[in-house]
Amino acid sequence: MTGDALHTTFHGIGVSAGTAVGPLVIVTPAPKAPDDEAPTTDAAAASGVVRGVLEDVAAGLEARAAKASEHARPILEAGAMMARDPGLAVGIDTQLQSGKGITTAVTVAVEEYCAMFESLGGYMAERVTDLRDVRDRAVARLLGKPEPGVPALTEPSILAAHDLAPAETATLTTETCLGIITEIGGPTSHTAILASQLGIPAVVQAVGIMAIPFGTLVAIDGGVGEITVNPTAEETGLLAERKRRRAAALAGGTGNGATKDGYPVALLANIGTADDARKAAKQPVEGVGLFRTEFLFLDRETMPTVEEQTATYTEVFEAFGDRRIVVRTLDAGADKPLKFADLGPEDNPALGRRGIRLGMIRTEVLDAQLEALAAAYKATGADVRVMAPMIATQAEATWFAARVRALGLPKVGVMIEVPAAAIRSRGILFHVDFASLGTNDLQQYTMAADRMQGELADLLNPWEPALLDVVALACEGGQAMGKPVGVCGEAAGDPGLALVLAGLGVSSLSMAPGKVPAVRTALGLHTMTQCQQMAAAARAGTNAAEAKSAVMKMADPVLADLF
Amino acid sequence: MATRQVSIASSVGLHARPASLFVQAATATGLPVTIAKEGGNPVDARSILMVMALGAKNGETVTLSAEGDGAEEALDSLVALLSRDLDAE
Repeated sequence: MTGDALHTTFHGIGVSAGTAVGPLVIVTPAPKAPDDEAPTTDAAAASGVVRGVLEDVAAGLEARAAKASEHARPILEAGAMMARDPGLAVGIDTQLQSGKGITTAVTVAVEEYCAMFESLGGYMAERVTDLRDVRDRAVARLLGKPEPGVPALTEPSILAAHDLAPAETATLTTETCLGIITEIGGPTSHTAILASQLGIPAVVQAVGIMAIPFGTLVAIDGGVGEITVNPTAEETGLLAERKRRRAAALAGGTGNGATKDGYPVALLANIGTADDARKAAKQPVEGVGLFRTEFLFLDRETMPTVEEQTATYTEVFEAFGDRRIVVRTLDAGADKPLKFADLGPEDNPALGRRGIRLGMIRTEVLDAQLEALAAAYKATGADVRVMAPMIATQAEATWFAARVRALGLPKVGVMIEVPAAAIRSRGILFHVDFASLGTNDLQQYTMAADRMQGELADLLNPWEPALLDVVALACEGGQAMGKPVGVCGEAAGDPGLALVLAGLGVSSLSMAPGKVPAVRTALGLHTMTQCQQMAAAARAGTNAAEAKSAVMKMADPVLADLF
Repeated sequence: MATRQVSIASSVGLHARPASLFVQAATATGLPVTIAKEGGNPVDARSILMVMALGAKNGETVTLSAEGDGAEEALDSLVALLSRDLDAE
């Protein structure tokens, strides 16, 4: 970039706090088949070219798979298999014979399969992502362009993309990736969750960022969601000052979570694997508030045996010693289908047979998991608490509680993600020992807004007063029954919302371990009475922005440094 | 040309994992094996895309065909595979 480069500011949604300055690396968007492509005249020759390119794509994916992590490898291998599929080549040949241009033929043939698989749902719909990835790579090669995706980062950089797919983020590390900016996505999108797990500052919904040239110096503030292009020395100085103030505010705190006047609010970690458990256990957290057990099941052709599950759970429980571990039983369904327990396509998977609903149908899967959890509990004597996802009714809660208790597991709880369960939490808590609010799904269902759809981000702001009202209802039920209610959604990791949640009566907050220090500091700066006043002020707001600004006005000024 | 008819035993039909196992087995024969539903056009049994798109359901009869050395034995082994409930295994 030249010295007279444009100096501008972008605003998006900050989804992972922290600041960074570095050169911008744009994730190459996938090229489209040109509208004015020349028709194919020699179908046989074109067919040969396409087959050669598909083989190159397959070989490239295989080479990346060989170096990829355990999580990324099956995704890349599935892509290679699609690229070599004889049916794909035959479909493309048909298009070439009808005279379509070469990249158009690839695009149309892939879309025909995609349309068919999307209508089938479940496992088939997942293959659509692999197929479109193969299409993008093949079309780029046919046009003589580099394959799309994250380039190899040679120096510490800030990554910008329209959106990042799981396969693309799987290879990122904190050494070379200083920050992440995307044009779409929301606070609970894959990118947001991954960035906060890795502690990389991130901003989503930064519309227009892709127009900034490769290599331009940018400054990112993942707390407030601001991006400065070609920052002045004064601006980078202010950012450094903010970074220093944030570090100072976070320094020194390692104790249990509590308000200034000593009301305890347990600070817990969200984990998904035994590796996460080992890392989180080294942090000053009071245990695990959400162990997502899906990772043991997804990508598996057959159900993991009770022995294998027992070994993994034992490893996780041992890592935490006498600290609590809240385990969520398998939360899968039509959008995260299990290869060995697929119930077939559904029109509306988010409202379909997922969570406990699937568990009640495929009881052998749930029972095997509970048996393994009970065995790991007996082997370790850990403070294990087992909860079910997606509980909506008392009948589901009693069904689950009976099964868990029959195996001698000490504590049983439910996830409150369905508004019905929050509204009637008193009745549900009568049957179990605790509840944990999954605020991401609870908000999606309260607002009737798909949490994966970035355009709906305004409806999915966790400061939304309607969500706070639903949380308050759930907490009232908990207080009436004398049972603890925690939060394990992304809202728990927001230092301002954590105060509101504490004020509403939430007794534990579970989050990505990297977010714990800011929440601990925020709680320690305010009394329980102040938290209750902030909760009332937030609920009095007419929208999310008003709710947040009311709380920020009442809070200690240091709170602003924590974002 | 060798042909065989077999009813799909897999409870989810020829879908997902069962389809993947069948395609792997068909590819391993090294022969150009095809699969067709009753009254339908035969498709390449070595293509996971085409086999999944076929959408053969539990209890539906499919026709397998192959040519070349060992075609009879190859089809017998594929028939045996489709006669098992692959999803339950």
